[in-house]
This record gives sequence, C-alpha cells and structure tokens, in this order.
Amino acid sequence: MDIKDIIKPENKVYGRTPVLKDNVMHYCPGCSHGTVHKLIAEVIEEMGIQDKTIGISPVGCSVFAYNYLDIDWQQAAHGRAPALATATKRLNPDKYVFTYQGDGDLASIGCAEIMHACSRGENIVVIFINNAIYGMTGGQMAPTTLLGMVTATTPYGRDPKLNGFPLKITELIAQLEGTCYVTRQSVQNPASARKAKKAIRKAFENSAMGKGTSFVEIVATCNSGWKMSPVKANKWMEENMFPFYPLGDMKDR
Amino acid sequence: MAEKILIKGNEAIAIAAIHCGCDGYFGYPITPQSEVMETLMKEKPWETTGMVVLQAESETSSINMVYGGACCGKKVMTSSSSPGVSLMAEGLSYMAGAELPCLVVNVMRGGPGLGTIQPSQGDYFQTVKGGGHGDYKMYVLAPASGQDMYDFVDKAFEVAFKYRVPAMILADGVIGQMMEKVEFRPMKPRRTEEEVKALCDSWATVGKGAHRGGNTITSLALDPEVQERHNIHLQAKYAKMEENEVLYETYRTEDAEHLIVAFGCMSRICQNTVDEAREKGIKMGLIRPITLFPFPKKEIDALVPQLKSIMSVELNTGQMVEDVRQIANGRVPVYFYGRQGGIIPSPEEVLEAYMKQI
Amino acid sequence: MKEELIIAGFGGQGVLSMGKILAYSGIMQDQEVAWMPSYGPEMRGGTANVTVILSDNRISSPILSKFDTAIILNQQSLDKFESRVKPGGLLIYDPNGITRHPERKDITICRIAAVDESAKLGNAKAYNMVVLGAFLKMKPIVTMENVVKGLKKSIPSRHHHLIPMNEEAINVGMQAIEIVNQL
Repeated sequence: MDIKDIIKPENKVYGRTPVLKDNVMHYCPGCSHGTVHKLIAEVIEEMGIQDKTIGISPVGCSVFAYNYLDIDWQQAAHGRAPALATATKRLNPDKYVFTYQGDGDLASIGCAEIMHACSRGENIVVIFINNAIYGMTGGQMAPTTLLGMVTATTPYGRDPKLNGFPLKITELIAQLEGTCYVTRQSVQNPASARKAKKAIRKAFENSAMGKGTSFVEIVATCNSGWKMSPVKANKWMEENMFPFYPLGDMKDR
Repeated sequence: MAEKILIKGNEAIAIAAIHCGCDGYFGYPITPQSEVMETLMKEKPWETTGMVVLQAESETSSINMVYGGACCGKKVMTSSSSPGVSLMAEGLSYMAGAELPCLVVNVMRGGPGLGTIQPSQGDYFQTVKGGGHGDYKMYVLAPASGQDMYDFVDKAFEVAFKYRVPAMILADGVIGQMMEKVEFRPMKPRRTEEEVKALCDSWATVGKGAHRGGNTITSLALDPEVQERHNIHLQAKYAKMEENEVLYETYRTEDAEHLIVAFGCMSRICQNTVDEAREKGIKMGLIRPITLFPFPKKEIDALVPQLKSIMSVELNTGQMVEDVRQIANGRVPVYFYGRQGGIIPSPEEVLEAYMKQI
Repeated sequence: MKEELIIAGFGGQGVLSMGKILAYSGIMQDQEVAWMPSYGPEMRGGTANVTVILSDNRISSPILSKFDTAIILNQQSLDKFESRVKPGGLLIYDPNGITRHPERKDITICRIAAVDESAKLGNAKAYNMVVLGAFLKMKPIVTMENVVKGLKKSIPSRHHHLIPMNEEAINVGMQAIEIVNQL
C-alpha cells in the first residue's frame, strides 16, 4: 500500500483546529501551555465564536499566547488582565472575553484585580495556569510554590518562616459571590485534558448566559523551571501538587 | 442659545463625557476630583447613552480598564489626582507603547507623596516628560476654566483618536472645585458598533472577522530593531503633533517687554498681574500654553526678540520654567515664581515678585 | 459691574450654598460668575469660605487678596478678612459670638443679627438667606426675581416648596440690617 492511499479525508482522525495558528510554539517541550492553548482553541472552534472572542494575555511565558490563537488579543500589563477584561466585556456584552494568566500574574501581582473582577461577577472566563513557579524570568518562587520546593529564589526550599505559605487562591475565589463556576483541572494525560476541555467549554457557555465569572485553574508543569524531564515532572505534579491542590469542581451553579 | 449651568469643573468633565459620546469611565475616588465619578453615577448615563461607568478597586485597575476599553476602539476615560496618576503611570506607558487613544483627567494636588489635597501644578514634569517608563508623549491640555473642562473632553478624544495617543487633561484643584458658568454643546451620540469597526478595525480588538487575521494589541517587542523602529515611528507621530496641535492664548503681548508664562489657573491670576503692571506703566504681557504637549515653542520663541525678560509662574518649585529657558536660550533672562502646598499667589504677589527681578 | 466678595464663617452656616445662590442669580441676569470655595477637611465643621465674583466681563483671577465685600459670620473670619476689604468697600457681619468688632473707618460696616432673625422666623436653616438679604439691601447687584430663579436652579426640585420661605428670609434680612459705619 502506498502512503498516498492512506492520506484520504475518510481516514483523517485528527486535525489541527484552524483557530490555532500554524506557528511553532516557543514553549519548552513538555510544557502544559501548548495543551491548554489547544483546548481553548478547540472550544472556540466548536462553539463557533472565533470572531466574537477576545483574549487577554498576561506577562509571563504565555505573554505570547497571541501568536498561537487566531483571535483578537490584548496583551495586559503584569497582573492586570482582569481589569482589561472587565472593561472589554462591559463595553462589548456580546463578546466572549477570557484572560489567560499564570500564577505570578494572577495570584501575586494581580491579586487585587482578579479578586475584584470575580467579586463583581464580571461575565468573563479566567484560565489560571498554576505551575508553582515563575517560568519566564527563570524559575523564581511563585505564590503557589509548595513548601520545601526549590526555586531560584528559594534555593534551600520554600521555608514558611522566610517565604510564607503557598496560596490556594482558587479556594478563595470560590468564596466570592460573583463567581458561578470554579474548578481545578489538569492536562497531563488524554483523560485529564478531555475533562479540562469540558470545564473550559462550560466556562465559555456560562459567560454567554451571563451567570458571572467562571474560573478554571489548570495545575500544570514547568519541567524547565522544576529541572525535570517532562515525564518526571508529570509524575512529580501528581505526587506533590495534587495533594495540595486537589482537582475537581469547587463551585458550579 | 444653549443652556448655561453653574457647575464645578469636575462636574463639567463628567457631563462633557456624556455629551461627547464617551463609551466608558473607570475611576477610583480621590480628592479633589471625586465629583467626576459621583456626577456620572448620579446622571446614570448607562440608561440614556449606554455609557459604562464603573468604580474600580484602584487607580491601577482603573487605568487598565481604560486600556482594555481602548483596545476595543472605544472612547474611554478615567480621572484621578496626583498620587492616583502615579499609580497609573504603568498603564499610560503601556497605552502609549501600544498606541491607544484614551483620556485621563488629572486634577492635581500638592506633593510629593500623599502631600496636600490643595491645588498644585506639581505634576508638569510627570505629565509632559513621561511619568511612566520609556520614550513617550501624551497630548496634554491645561484647562483654565469650567468651560475649558467641558470643552477639552471632546477635544482630547478627537486628538487622541487622530494620533492614537493617550490624552491628559491636566487641571488643578482650583479649576476642579471652582463653579463657573458652563455652556453645553449639542449632544454627540456614542459611536455605533459599525462606526467603531469602520474607524478601528485595522488595529482594535473588535472581534476578528473572516476578512482578516486576529488583531493583537501589545507594547512588547523583544527584537531590538523592531523596538527601535517602533520608537522612531512614535517620535514621528509626536513631531506631527508639534506641527499641528499646538494651542495657546496671549494677553497684551503686542508691545510687551516683559512676559509671564503661566498655564491653568495661574494664567488667569497672572492676567490680573499684567493689568496691574500696565497700570503702573510696565509693558507686561502673558502667554498661556493651552497644550503643554505639544508646547508652544515657536510662539514663545517669536516673542523673545521684543522682550527684556520672561517669568514663568507656576504652582510648583519650577518645572515649566525649564522648557521656557530652553526656548529663550540665553537671549533674555528667564525668572521663576511659584508657591507650593496649595498656596495660590495673588496677582499682586506675582507682580511684586516680578518687580524684584527687573 | 464687577463685584468680588468673600463669604466666610463656620461649616454648616450655609456659606457655600449662599454663594452658590448668589452666583446662580448672576447667571440668570447674564453675568459672568465664579464660585471658588475653600475645600477639604474644612468642610467638616471648621471654617468655610467661598469667593464669589459677579461681573459683566470675563472673569480673570478667581484668587483674590482684596474684596469689594466681605460677609463675615464668625470671629476667625473677621480677624482674617477685615483687612482684606478694599478701601471704600463693604463689610457685613453677624455680631453673634463676636468679641472683637470691626474697627476700620475707611469701609462701610453693617451688622445683621441673622441668628436672632432666623430664630424669630422659627427656621435656623434660613440663616444664610437672612444674610443674603442684608447684602442685597446694600448692594442690589441682582434682582429679587433673579434670586428666586437662582434658588430654583440651585436647590433640588423636591425642596422648591421652601422657596417662598427663603424669599421671606431674604426680605427679613433686608429690613434687619443696621449700618454701623457709613462712608
């Protein structure tokens, strides 16, 4: 059998969604960002909302998210994405507006913005990537860094006396009246990625129904920052991150 | 004739925003400008024009809401006073870098630090020399009356959209708190979705259509050559503004030998100083820069040959005077008189200070 | 015509609103006006003062060191502003609580016992209108008709039924003023 006999439309089992641009991603091999980007792109395609979706990218590794999803993008100052999203959605109620933020961006410098956007119940989607480290600046401690975890600024491990405790921001967000859906997911294998995609879809649907803020945390790996192979990083995440950041819905109404 | 209303400068800003078709206001309370948001909340424009008004959690958030709204091609604004504007410096720099139009009103109070809530012009440097990081300029209007406060809102949006730059109305506590007669202009409706698209589709996040790829608004350019090209492009834009957008006012300068340069409320006070000097037989005149960027360089320069001296009068320790000195370039002495802390000199005090110099 | 006046007293005496009504009355007869308050913590029970300018021409400086008229409603304000009345100018004060009375001989000085008069009216809130009446008696720079129009503009419509009472207070002020030093 010739290869040409195999490449036929009826044999096609997978294709890249056209919402994802044909650009080579700058993310490290094994990084979770690429997977999450793909899931968001697929949801946008499946819902048919490519021309109605506005993304807000953060400062951090995913600052360049705009290079990968073919939608209109705003690139926010560090931590401020929820403020941009607030105005964008209020001024354009028919649009789907989502922020894409890392743990440094959302849970450290942008704490006020995310808390108040969620408290006001802005009809936006928040995708929160928690890999417990600052990736882009070279692996420094994040607010979500686990106790004992070694980073560039906690070279002897995170010590609560010196560095305080890891911040379970999603649990705090779930307490806010303005949020309608708060969930914690992961994307380290096909099953978890499928669940995460469902959560993302629900979040976008909520936004159309005007139910309030939907907040999807993805517990993710940063194998470069963690100084591990991708496979080892996934295993480390399951063993260390999941017990502290348990997966599942915290709120769904 | 349109109705004339007695209102505070701050209230005039709010009413003007509604009248000129502003799409959104995002702000945080701070004295002496809180009446801006209070008036908007009382007027409820969301029920009439559809304008969005939101009290944000901080000035940082306000300016970033403005950033988001501006990304969408909307006419959006915020207002604050000096310490709040310091917090907005980051957002202003981003917007200048990303070439976004917006309006920020700064009703200045005395500083540095928490300072005083009394009037000041201490933010001249911050406003016209940058304020935030990087090489950028804003279009800066300095109102001297309630009518200016009202009229400059529309004017600021017009120029902001023409050049895609942030615009600032740099007022002070006097102009913000004083009530004067203000004549309203005919209502301008807000731009429709179609109009926004027609005007801004090439750059704004109005939703990607089939006819184009996604637009990205960013101020990030890691490639040095791209960043340098962008800076050169921004400077060319600012040069065009210097060519076309200068506004100023003169008072009794025709035969003046001594010239006061003053902006905002000080320009009005110094008008009396000029009259008093003239009564004493001193040929004094006044030039009031209305735009602080672009600054009326050529206009001051053209007056220098007839002058014996210049004095810059400001509610600070001497900021605009540096620009005036640069223009005079040693041809005539340039003096400075200023008060701080919310103390506003009277016309007589200014004249006395000038007389001591000459 | 150009009238530059300062109204000064305690917060709560209606200093600012009296100035506002006067300014609005000026607008009603097509004058240029400016109303410049002292603002800030002083709003909360301390001294309050407002500069009001009415003029046939465009108003330049809203910040003045000398005034045509000073309307003085407490001792601190008298101490501060007596010397700042232009020679030949007018000073009106309420003697209530005053221990050191004005002494200048080169200005017209009037008294208005507005605390007593508004008490007689049974309406302490009409205090500032009694004072306004006294001023208008001495300097009728705005007509009564325009004052009523100014009142309508500057107070919320739900309080418009109080306008006749305010008019009455203005008339009382006009009657009750006494001249202490006539130039």
